[in-house]
Amino acid sequence: MIRSEMVCVGAGPAGLAAAVEAARNGVQVVVYDENDRPGGQLFKQIHKFFGSREHRAMERGFDIGNSFLAEARQLGVDVSLNSVVLGIYENGALNVMIRDRIEHVKAERTLVATGAAENMIPFPGWTLPGVIGAGAAQTMANIHGIRPGHTILMVGSGNVGIIVSYQLLQAGCQVAAVIDAAPEIGGYAVHAAKIARVGVPFFMSHTIKEAHGRDRVAGATIIEVDAEWKPIAGTEKRFDVDTICIAVGLNPMTQLLRMAGCKMAHLPGLGGRVPAHDLNQETSVKGIYVAGDAAGIEEASTAIIEGRIAGLAIARSLGYLDDSEFLTQRDALLKSIVGLRSGSHGEARGKAKEYLNAMVQA
Amino acid sequence: MAKDSSKTGFLSEEELRGGPGIPSEARRQKGAVAVLECLEDIPCNPCESICKFDAITVGEDITTPPLLTEDNCVGCRSCVPICPGQAIFLVDESLPDDKAAIEMPYEYRPLPQKGDIVIALDRAGQQIGDATVTAVKKTEKMDRTATVIIEVPRNWSMRARAIRLKR
Repeated sequence: MIRSEMVCVGAGPAGLAAAVEAARNGVQVVVYDENDRPGGQLFKQIHKFFGSREHRAMERGFDIGNSFLAEARQLGVDVSLNSVVLGIYENGALNVMIRDRIEHVKAERTLVATGAAENMIPFPGWTLPGVIGAGAAQTMANIHGIRPGHTILMVGSGNVGIIVSYQLLQAGCQVAAVIDAAPEIGGYAVHAAKIARVGVPFFMSHTIKEAHGRDRVAGATIIEVDAEWKPIAGTEKRFDVDTICIAVGLNPMTQLLRMAGCKMAHLPGLGGRVPAHDLNQETSVKGIYVAGDAAGIEEASTAIIEGRIAGLAIARSLGYLDDSEFLTQRDALLKSIVGLRSGSHGEARGKAKEYLNAMVQA
Repeated sequence: MAKDSSKTGFLSEEELRGGPGIPSEARRQKGAVAVLECLEDIPCNPCESICKFDAITVGEDITTPPLLTEDNCVGCRSCVPICPGQAIFLVDESLPDDKAAIEMPYEYRPLPQKGDIVIALDRAGQQIGDATVTAVKKTEKMDRTATVIIEVPRNWSMRARAIRLKR
């Protein structure tokens, strides 16, 4: 059996931020990640972040990832890769599959920072090679240096769809169009403007009707939808694309939290079923914390702050940090996160988070 | 009410007109000045932090779109590569022969070279015509976002916002 003061499940922005914050205060931390490299989505994010200086705005995601890893290493955080946490049981017991063996782990505190999975939509031809998640396209282009295709149709106009479109253009792909069944672009106007000005058209109130091709994608037909999201016959448009990227939202990966018996709520504004948690990121199950997209789909910058709060809270609960020091630091972070949850893109998330906070107390 | 840009992806001249970050024609004719094409309430303020001349104000609520104080702007260009939204351009309408210079962020490769003739594109990606690259700037501080300065006829100064290289 492996004993740990703190186990982080997931080495993305939330998990690494929490690990660093806790370790800095003296906590012994192990981070498990199922991937063969750490960083979660950070290393795919080659663009500069929004926010203000305290949110690391102007820095690129992969640079932030590298600085977290260096700090974690320096603080003696154990980052265990190819390690899948299979289950969370009572009293901090976990089963972890590390490469080809299963270890029993006893953690005094557990942070679930498992992130999210991409949503998919089915349509005729959606199983053809060449229909891929936008996140997969981003991994291919930005991590592995491989163009996912030559000519892309992007389905989904949220920030993921638009930013990945821009990065595929940077990689040398053509983006034939960005389409969305919603009547208005979901992502930031400045991101949309970036690709519009190099000639990428947006087709709003359009959905994908089918992907063409026998062995792989050889084209796509889109169709306009009415106010009830019903396809309008005769409005089909065909594109000669070899790749269709799906960017229709993310879904929090909460299986471990549900298994642990955490109180959950279905909040569409946060991407689906999410765990109730308090201002310290602790769920309804004592000793189990959550941060990042697993606590509701937001951004890397909010994930980092939630992670830091969880790391501090865990350090305090284990006696490494006194109450007044904890509260000073936590409240500064809470103030900073409020800024990221305001404006027309963030306000609803802020409200949904308040709901989750109230729920855990009820 | 839905704005044009929420469907097209780009700001129309109508939306931009009178925006808090758009310098007057009189100011543009005096020399280089920042044009902040950022009208949405997103949480972001690097432009305000980088400006040493109090020409850009966002304020405590970082979702407030940036306000340009055009007389404070000296055209130092430090805000152009810093904007994560690539929404800041530098426009100089003081050039002779009815010309204007536009500096824009550029993150594609290969970079154009000084002296190249490139195609100027408007906000919708439509070709306007040929433009001459007069400088390409890329320093460590710009963190891999280069900027390209093009010279164009003066009446394109508020239209041309991207370039396409000729191959």
